[in-house]
Amino acid sequence: MKGLTRDRAISVALVAPSLILIAIFVYGFIGFTGFSSLTKWDSLEPNFTFVGLHNFARLFATVPTDRFLCDLRNMVTFTVLFLIGSISLGFILAVLLDRHVKGEGIFRNIFLFPMAISYIVTGVIWRWILGPGSPETGALGINLIFEKLGLGFLKWKWFTEPSSVHISATSSFGVFLSHIGLGGLTTSYVGLSLATISVAIAATWQMSGYTMAMYLAALRGIPTEMREAARVDGASEPQIYRRVIVPMIRPVTLSALIVLGHISLKIFDLVVSMTGPGPAFATDVPAFYMWETTFRGNNFAQGAAIAVLLLLFVALLIVPYLVSSTRSEVRR
Amino acid sequence: MSTLAHRRVVHPAAVVIYCLLVIAAFLYLVPIYLQVVTGFKSFQEVSLSTMWRFPRTFSLASFAKAWLGSEAQGMNGLAANFMNSVYITVPATLISAFLGSLNGYVLAKWRFRGANVLFPLLLFGMFIPYQSILIPLVQVLDRIGLYGTRGGLIFVHVVYGIPITTLIFRNYYAIIPDELLEASKIDGAGILGMYANILFPLSIPGFVVVMIWQFTSIWNDFLFGLIVTSSPSLQPITVALNNLAGSFYVEWNVQMAGALIAALPTLLIYIFLSRYFMRGLLAGSVKG
Repeated sequence: MKGLTRDRAISVALVAPSLILIAIFVYGFIGFTGFSSLTKWDSLEPNFTFVGLHNFARLFATVPTDRFLCDLRNMVTFTVLFLIGSISLGFILAVLLDRHVKGEGIFRNIFLFPMAISYIVTGVIWRWILGPGSPETGALGINLIFEKLGLGFLKWKWFTEPSSVHISATSSFGVFLSHIGLGGLTTSYVGLSLATISVAIAATWQMSGYTMAMYLAALRGIPTEMREAARVDGASEPQIYRRVIVPMIRPVTLSALIVLGHISLKIFDLVVSMTGPGPAFATDVPAFYMWETTFRGNNFAQGAAIAVLLLLFVALLIVPYLVSSTRSEVRR
Repeated sequence: MSTLAHRRVVHPAAVVIYCLLVIAAFLYLVPIYLQVVTGFKSFQEVSLSTMWRFPRTFSLASFAKAWLGSEAQGMNGLAANFMNSVYITVPATLISAFLGSLNGYVLAKWRFRGANVLFPLLLFGMFIPYQSILIPLVQVLDRIGLYGTRGGLIFVHVVYGIPITTLIFRNYYAIIPDELLEASKIDGAGILGMYANILFPLSIPGFVVVMIWQFTSIWNDFLFGLIVTSSPSLQPITVALNNLAGSFYVEWNVQMAGALIAALPTLLIYIFLSRYFMRGLLAGSVKG
């Protein structure tokens, strides 16, 4: 009995250092960042004068800069394209591999290996593949291939394209929207940043192996009898996928959405190495803006405000996931 | 019987599936093809209009330049940064794996009151955008004399590696039967004895998974390297590669060679231990 309580004490002593470190370096630091975001700390010298939500209000204004609004648009564009790309590609590859084809191991490794590489390396390579070229250099990368194939009309500016697709304010729908007080929807901030497509392509190349691995594991977990039963009932292959398999792997889709979704909200390295903020902030993202504002511009309070919002976006996605998955574990 | 029926239904489609897979594999390898052929081209042969073409002569000059740098251009090679990454990644990987193993042991086998609340709080730490802790992190590292040092980076990687390593080990230990530990408890072993004699020897596959995961993510880290180190001679290879690629005067073939050098250690680990890499990947999702 005495030994037991002694062991208990030791067990707490074993985890205590880690728990204390996480308490300070995660929660304490988040608290400090939150506090800093409410201050006037805009130079290397800390200045903790309270300014309320001033730093947040500045982010959502268009003057002196609309950079954060562009960032939000890019973040949403990137997340949507990246999720659609990785999930559909990963699913298709998993379905193809599920048939126990010859050389499955080799294929699987080819689709998965980009995950082992850093975003910096990925960015350096893809910046060249999707580099649009200039009048001096001539066409580069994919544009060069288009040119060689006589498809020159497909050439475009890739990640240097400054414009975004959005509802035109002068179109009849745009006029209608401003009539009913929704004119805000016709600004360039509510749209699709075209340059971001390039970043999403590179990220999909890197991460679709992850969804493939998850889907493949899930497909292999479906008992053969279920497919057989559906087949006996006269269901065609596409029907089996639609009616039996897709519903069964829905939980995998949900975790992939959450895991990849939170990665895409945080995306930083790939943007740094591939494009930077881009023309008219066409590929800028909040994580990059935060870094530049804080560690290049020394505007710590403003950077802290961006960090707080970024954390909030991620938390909205992750907290329900964490709560539900740890709770179901306890029940089990 | 069922496999026979399965084969017969699938067979006509097999050719189409195979073709699709080959095309997809080809597309996935394009970036690596470009990286390798460009890296091996000689300086004379590098021309933008022939960037997709196979090199006529193989030259290691780009690799030599990426590794050693060029005094004439005032360009630093990646050699020192590669070694920095080794000096940072290896100890950080070992320490965080060991910490994770201890935490996982306690959380799986010595559940204490409040663990159900603490565990998700701990896990949240691996999802946060690190931008939300960078400002105080720099201040604190500066106060304790770790800012701008390799030791500082090791420390940071160990701290922020705690959630993922704890999670993987906890899931790993959860499936080891309690009876094994009970038996040694009866023999008079304490909590540490049980760990050392029973659990640790069984942990080798768990350690391989965790260490591959940590090695890959620490080697590939860019943000902490960028923020915590300021002197170019102490930067890890990802930061140095980004600087190299960001300067306009460094030739493309040198950049590609540098990117290959930076990717090589994790690629090799992946090639030889892909089974464990995949296991770590799937363990990274919370349920494990």
